[in-house]
Amino acid sequence: MKVVLENLTKRFPNRNRKGDDVIAVNNFNFEIPDGKLIGLLGPSGCGKSTCLSLICGLQRPSEGKIFFGDEDVTNLPPENRGVGMVFQNYALYPHLTVRQNIVFPLENLKGDQKMTKQAMEAKAMEAAKLVQIEPFMDRRPSELSGGQQQRVAIARALVKTPRVLLLDEPLSNLDARLRLQTREEIRRIQTETKVTTIFVTHDQEEAMSISDMIIVMKLGVIQQIGKPQEVYDDPVNLFVAKFLGTPPINVFTGTVKGEKLYIDGSQVLDVPGVSDQEVYVGIRPEGFILHDQGPFQVRFGAVEVMGRDISIVSYSDASENPTIRSIIDSSNKVEPEGGIIRFALKSEKVHLFSKETEERIRVTRNR
Amino acid sequence: MDNSYDQIKKNASARTRALNIAVYVLLGFWALMVLFPFYWMILTSIKSYSEYSSEWVPKLYSASPTFQNYVDAFTTVNLSRYFLNTLIFTLITTGAMIIVITLAAYAFARLEFRGKDLLFTLFLSLMMIPNELVIITNFQTITNAGLRNTFTGLILPSITSVFYIYLLRENFLQVPDELYYAAKVDGTSDLKYLFKVMLPICRPTLITIIILKVIECWNSYVWPRLITDDEAYYLVSNGIQEIRQNGFGRENVPAMMAAVVAISVPLIVLFLIFRKKIMAGVSRGGIKG
Amino acid sequence: MDYKSNKAWLYLLPAILFLGVFMVYPLIDVFIYSFEEGYNSASQTSFGVGAYNYSYVLHDPYFLQALKNTFLLVIITVPLSTGIALLISAALSSIKVLKDAFQTIFFLPYVTNTLAVGLVFMILFQKTPYSDGFINNIIGFFGGSAVDWIDGPYWAKMFVLCLYTIWIVMPFKILLLTGALASVNQDYYNAARVDGTSKPRIFFKITLPMISPTIFYLVITGFIGAFKAYSDAVALFGTDLNAAEMNTIVGYIYDMLYGDSGGYPSYASSAAIVLFAIVLTITCINLLVSRKHVHY
Repeated sequence: MKVVLENLTKRFPNRNRKGDDVIAVNNFNFEIPDGKLIGLLGPSGCGKSTCLSLICGLQRPSEGKIFFGDEDVTNLPPENRGVGMVFQNYALYPHLTVRQNIVFPLENLKGDQKMTKQAMEAKAMEAAKLVQIEPFMDRRPSELSGGQQQRVAIARALVKTPRVLLLDEPLSNLDARLRLQTREEIRRIQTETKVTTIFVTHDQEEAMSISDMIIVMKLGVIQQIGKPQEVYDDPVNLFVAKFLGTPPINVFTGTVKGEKLYIDGSQVLDVPGVSDQEVYVGIRPEGFILHDQGPFQVRFGAVEVMGRDISIVSYSDASENPTIRSIIDSSNKVEPEGGIIRFALKSEKVHLFSKETEERIRVTRNR
Repeated sequence: MDNSYDQIKKNASARTRALNIAVYVLLGFWALMVLFPFYWMILTSIKSYSEYSSEWVPKLYSASPTFQNYVDAFTTVNLSRYFLNTLIFTLITTGAMIIVITLAAYAFARLEFRGKDLLFTLFLSLMMIPNELVIITNFQTITNAGLRNTFTGLILPSITSVFYIYLLRENFLQVPDELYYAAKVDGTSDLKYLFKVMLPICRPTLITIIILKVIECWNSYVWPRLITDDEAYYLVSNGIQEIRQNGFGRENVPAMMAAVVAISVPLIVLFLIFRKKIMAGVSRGGIKG
Repeated sequence: MDYKSNKAWLYLLPAILFLGVFMVYPLIDVFIYSFEEGYNSASQTSFGVGAYNYSYVLHDPYFLQALKNTFLLVIITVPLSTGIALLISAALSSIKVLKDAFQTIFFLPYVTNTLAVGLVFMILFQKTPYSDGFINNIIGFFGGSAVDWIDGPYWAKMFVLCLYTIWIVMPFKILLLTGALASVNQDYYNAARVDGTSKPRIFFKITLPMISPTIFYLVITGFIGAFKAYSDAVALFGTDLNAAEMNTIVGYIYDMLYGDSGGYPSYASSAAIVLFAIVLTITCINLLVSRKHVHY
């Protein structure tokens, strides 16, 4: 089922009753293709959870429409939308067993949708099998680990075969090891069921690793939509560039003069098609090449060994971050001369942003 | 298609509205149940005796409000005496209790001594003992000591409360140990540490306990009734019972109501001032007893 | 170490002293009293030891009356007050407007003097030569006939007693139940809504189990409290409860101890121990039942 949002807006009255309304979701327009896994990504307070609530139907939009397929579901209560939702804290009923928790949504069905006990049981088993929790069916949630609870919550959301599956920060309550495992699990379940899935997260790594498409938000406004790699390689503004990637992108102040980019007085790169102006320069950590004649000079700090790669920590007055991090292959030898280290830059890893608007300035390549 | 959505939406909102109205009717009804006796007592207290007794069907307003009943309540019977007694009783009992339980709670929370756990368990098990069981002997004890119709006799048995010791100890335990060691390094004595550090930190709990105890004292009836038969030592509860039986003449209801209002006002005022604190305190461990 | 230990005991001394004299000693003493036959409080002598006091108390028509009254009061008021409190709390939790005001009002009976407000209830229900009383006026308005609720038939007096007891215990129950309801995580309700759970089903299948520990706590304390009922009865019917047929077990104990029947501490002790045994039994039963039905 594809999901379409049209001019979706949600305003909240300001808490102290003065000033303007808070706009949690500002004029959203996007279409989620059928059967995809979508990551809704942004820092806390960016309105991503509100957006999820709107799609779920727990909150009503102030303006705009939501379509599931061709059906307008804007004014439908959640139970009539055919959504499954996994809450951040799972919201498993503590007094019910795993089995009872999973069966619970089925017992709510009325009229001709009503199911027999056996049918419900079969459905529940099917869902349990999908998330691999059959051995725990008669336990209570408190007797399960966080990861297992998460699976139960997913099973409960899936048991009614929803048209859309929603997950609110599905990994935030898990420890690091489980997180890795569970996100692969979510991917697997989504691939098997082919249900359109939207999940919310503030962790860019999480979103990038499993999503077909990510939506980056900031203060209620969509910044960029696209495949994870595309968004990473081609950010539309400084915010998106900074938000995606670990270690984060290195930001410098620079100047463009005569289609050449200068950082800290040195000419570092050709930037064809860019007019003369002050800019922010974002350079991905992997965009540096160690080169003894390289145009980009920085003060050497330290080398951190990461095994496959090494990370060079260095400093520059033009840097917006306190340190500069560059990641290079560990076969390279780092030999600073008089505390100075020189880099050449990979042009596709260097992004320019307007100093005023922080919007991307595109370089005309392959002219 | 669109119609059915509208229908669902309309039905849902109609049902919500009906439920909402039912909810407010229910709450309003109970509010009326609670408030009406208060309204009634205030209303009756400002009716003159003749106005009140001429109404075969009592009116819900007063044609000629008067404060004479309040004057009567404080002059004809000894209401001011009862007030004063209750005030003395409440202040001394609460004050003495706070000292006793603070010391005990501090010993349990902070000091080390042999048999601490055993003693604390014994204390806790005393919480289960109902007052009715021990009051008989206490009555004998106080009577034999010749303390009937004295404040000492009234106050002594209610100076300790195992429950409040427990409550305060729990709170004391939450004060980080480091503060104690820091104070010890600075050469602070235990007593000084207790009064200068522990008590200020645990003030909210202390206030809760004080308020609960004050309410308890103000309303206490059974023990005072057993231990006093001299009007000079009556507390308000006994006073109201006395007024009812022998006071203004059984029929002078307005004067009785004036006394009732006068007795009820202090606690209600206290409640309205410390509303949040009292309600939080009661939900933590106040059972009207 | 010894010095430290001594200091601790010094801190504990007042508490131990008071508890020893006014709780531990009486606790032992009450058992002794209850088995001492023919104890005379003036001479402090007794004939001998035996179970005669219990036999006397259990055959005393006043005690049996008190027992019956107390049981009726418990059986009627505990379920009713808990049920109504649950209803009101649920209503209270579902609103925003006026919530604080309602909460404040509902709490008022807690801070009022039981004796004083009981007098108001008495006046409202009483039928005198001068007036039928307010409640009877209302009944008359709807075409019923007047009843003397205070000095009249047994069922009428029991009704007023139950009503007043419920009125008095309500604040505590509402307070605890609203607290319990508020502590249920909103996500459970959201999850239930997404699954299309009906409101009654949400209430019975989710809310009720979630707050069941509080409900059982209230039932247990309610039982204990109602078994100890006394001052509400005094407030309504005066101190001579035996004459009004409205005595309670605790009232019987006090009357035996002192008052019109005048000074039989042995009988009072026996009655107190009987009461304690009843309360203990019922509390144990309650705990066993709750062990079965209250989860987590």
